[in-house]
Amino acid sequence: MTDFFNFIIAAVLAACPLLLGTLGESLAEKSGNLNLGVEGMMFMGGIAGLAGSYYYEKAVAEPVAWVSVMIALVCAFLCASFGALIYSFLTITLRANQNVTGLALTIFGTGFGNFFGEFIGSTAGGYIAVSQVTKAGFNDPLFPALARIPVVGKVLFSYNFMVYLSIILAIWMWYFIKFTQKGLNLMAVGERHEAADAAGINITLYKYLATCIGGGITGLGGLYIVMNSSNGVGGVWVHNCIGGYGWLSVALVIFATWRPSRAMVCALAFGALSVMRFYFPISFIPMAIYEIFPYLATIIVLITVSLRKRRENQPPASLGLPYFREDR
Amino acid sequence: MSSVAIQLSGITKTFGEVAANKNISLEVYWGEILSLLGENGSGKTTLMNILSGIYYPDSGQVFVDGKEANIRCPKDSYELGIGMVHQHFKLVDNMTAAENIVLGLKNKGRINRKEIAEKVRQIAENYGFNINPERKVYDMSVSEKQTVEIIKVLYRGAKILILDEPTAVLTAQETEKLFAILRKMRDNGKSIIIITHKLQEVLSVSDRIAVLRKGEYIGSVKTSEATAQSLTEMMVGRRITLNIDRPEPENPTLRLHVKDITCFNEEGVKILDKVSFSAYGGEILGIAGISGSGQRELLESIAGLYPTTRESSVLYYPDESGQEIQLIGKRPMEIKRLGVALSFVPEDRLGMGLVGSMDIAENMMLRSYLRGKLGFTDRRHPRKLAEYVIRKLGVVTPGVSTPVSRLSGGNVQKVLVGREIAATPKVLMTAYPVRGLDINTSYTIYALLNEQKKKGTAVIFVGEDLDVLLELCDRIVVMCKGRVSGIVDGRTATKEQVGLLMTSLGEEAKV
Repeated sequence: MTDFFNFIIAAVLAACPLLLGTLGESLAEKSGNLNLGVEGMMFMGGIAGLAGSYYYEKAVAEPVAWVSVMIALVCAFLCASFGALIYSFLTITLRANQNVTGLALTIFGTGFGNFFGEFIGSTAGGYIAVSQVTKAGFNDPLFPALARIPVVGKVLFSYNFMVYLSIILAIWMWYFIKFTQKGLNLMAVGERHEAADAAGINITLYKYLATCIGGGITGLGGLYIVMNSSNGVGGVWVHNCIGGYGWLSVALVIFATWRPSRAMVCALAFGALSVMRFYFPISFIPMAIYEIFPYLATIIVLITVSLRKRRENQPPASLGLPYFREDR
Repeated sequence: MSSVAIQLSGITKTFGEVAANKNISLEVYWGEILSLLGENGSGKTTLMNILSGIYYPDSGQVFVDGKEANIRCPKDSYELGIGMVHQHFKLVDNMTAAENIVLGLKNKGRINRKEIAEKVRQIAENYGFNINPERKVYDMSVSEKQTVEIIKVLYRGAKILILDEPTAVLTAQETEKLFAILRKMRDNGKSIIIITHKLQEVLSVSDRIAVLRKGEYIGSVKTSEATAQSLTEMMVGRRITLNIDRPEPENPTLRLHVKDITCFNEEGVKILDKVSFSAYGGEILGIAGISGSGQRELLESIAGLYPTTRESSVLYYPDESGQEIQLIGKRPMEIKRLGVALSFVPEDRLGMGLVGSMDIAENMMLRSYLRGKLGFTDRRHPRKLAEYVIRKLGVVTPGVSTPVSRLSGGNVQKVLVGREIAATPKVLMTAYPVRGLDINTSYTIYALLNEQKKKGTAVIFVGEDLDVLLELCDRIVVMCKGRVSGIVDGRTATKEQVGLLMTSLGEEAKV
């Protein structure tokens, strides 16, 4: 049984960055912006957060954990938002093709992350890493007292603050889209630009905000990958560390049919698939097969989702389309 | 409050090199229904879009209730009390009526759906609308969608209501209901601007009529002093006759024999039920029926585009001596290869008929792209054909290389009809060829159909306006719920007779 609970815990930890990526991308896609730059923005968020903490620790003699964590979060959010801002400017203001721009952002962000990761590392003498203080700030359980309760405490309360933050974000997004006027407006923007425009909604503002905030949330996912790592080497820059998690998030958005509530379940399922090999090894199945499970699931999910024809499960109808009011 | 609701002064708006509105000055008063009349492309919609904040004028001023207004976006327009119901509804399909109605409003915090639904019901009750606020838009009929649009405008407290072609997609009964509501609003002191092509409606609903021609304001008349003839002259700028020719068919020969066409749609619902009729060369065969009675599927079945059951049969007779050809079970390409001279003007012009982003010459190629040599396409002949069609039918366009989607509705239709006629068809099928077209263009299209008739073509004309059907067609097939409820002689049948057949099946309907 302990094995099973450990598996659940590991799955939740692995699901967290996916959930953040999925939420961020859903928000952007709700406004009709198909931002394929998730992978790039994760890289940008990851390195910016790490660098923020690293320089803070260098600047003060006695680094405080929560300050370091806050700096990392803000840096990650802003840097990834900046990536999304470039994307927004190109696609919303200049009406460039969203797919091409998104792919470019992925390439740019990957290069940005790896370049600065190695550049700062080489000036620091080999590699860039944060101290134990910051690492603990990211990885320690948020509710240590509750976590001591047997079983329930472990499964529900033993996680770091990022996990709870992402769950709160998911619930907030669900509430925002379903129950508020602004959420309704955002949906309208993504569903039909001209309808939203004719109803007096400021489309440009909504698209910019949704895409940039979504990008920032995605960046937090990148930061999580850098700072929290189950095998204890968190807080250090590893070349190509994001390694496809951004793309998985893009697929998860479709799997979750653009719903934050479902995103939680779907991310957990993917997290479980990605850690399965450590908990349920079957001797005759090679490790490599386990590693393709999440990707295999992505393919199956894309096929089944495409087969579902219910109106509520369709992507926002204006996804990927530019809008120009005076266009004829 | 001044008596003038809206005053436009010297409004000019150009798109590229085309001036859609030239120095237009116009007033709209409180408590009146103003009809805005003009041919396709005369700038009516552009002018109204300026009022609703979709377009921004190049020059000129707008005064609302006596005060100068700067309308930069749709929101400004709403705040001034102007609401527009666009021709192509601006609704989000995936949302309910209530959600669409409150889009873009300033509601803080959680939306109170109950309260909104209550307010919507109240408005509906006030004016006699029928609406379910919780219904999703994709489940709605066109007329229900229009209701949502109108309530959306009223919910925002609009005092000036603009309706762009509100009746184009409504049945006669729905139109009457709408007009009754509009009159009620007028009596409440609102001012209403309505754009429509149907002169009968203009004369019946409006108090005053303003006419635009080629982007310029021609003048306005009181409806009581206007007639269909005088309005047409104002619109077109010259005298035209409003009679449709109907030459006697000259030695009609059997061209198409349709027997027992039956087909089902994707959901397995029977759309056509044993439809049978014959079409003769040298006559115009009308097809009447409430829209959605299977007209579209019928034409598509004949053209090989819609699957039919095995019992269905469509025989095509090439000429007097030739062997008849069975069209059912063949794909359009096979039908073409067999030398069947069949032309089809579908109702969905920019979907099935033409490709919007391609230019006129390229659209001509859709019929002749196989005619090139050595794997290269022949562009010279389609280009010539495009030039010919533009000249012959008077298509208003900057040139042959203009994308079709940039043309106005009437000109798009001319390009399509021109192309189909140029293929020298033996059978010409047209579905609602004058839908959304102004009166002058409509008469051009009727003349073209008559010309084909004189050449010995069998013309099949699916129409919605009974007056036109009865004036133009030699025989009329009346359809009701996918069945032929009667075939009448266009010269002797009455409107009531056809109307009755459209709504009832069986022997009792036959007079």
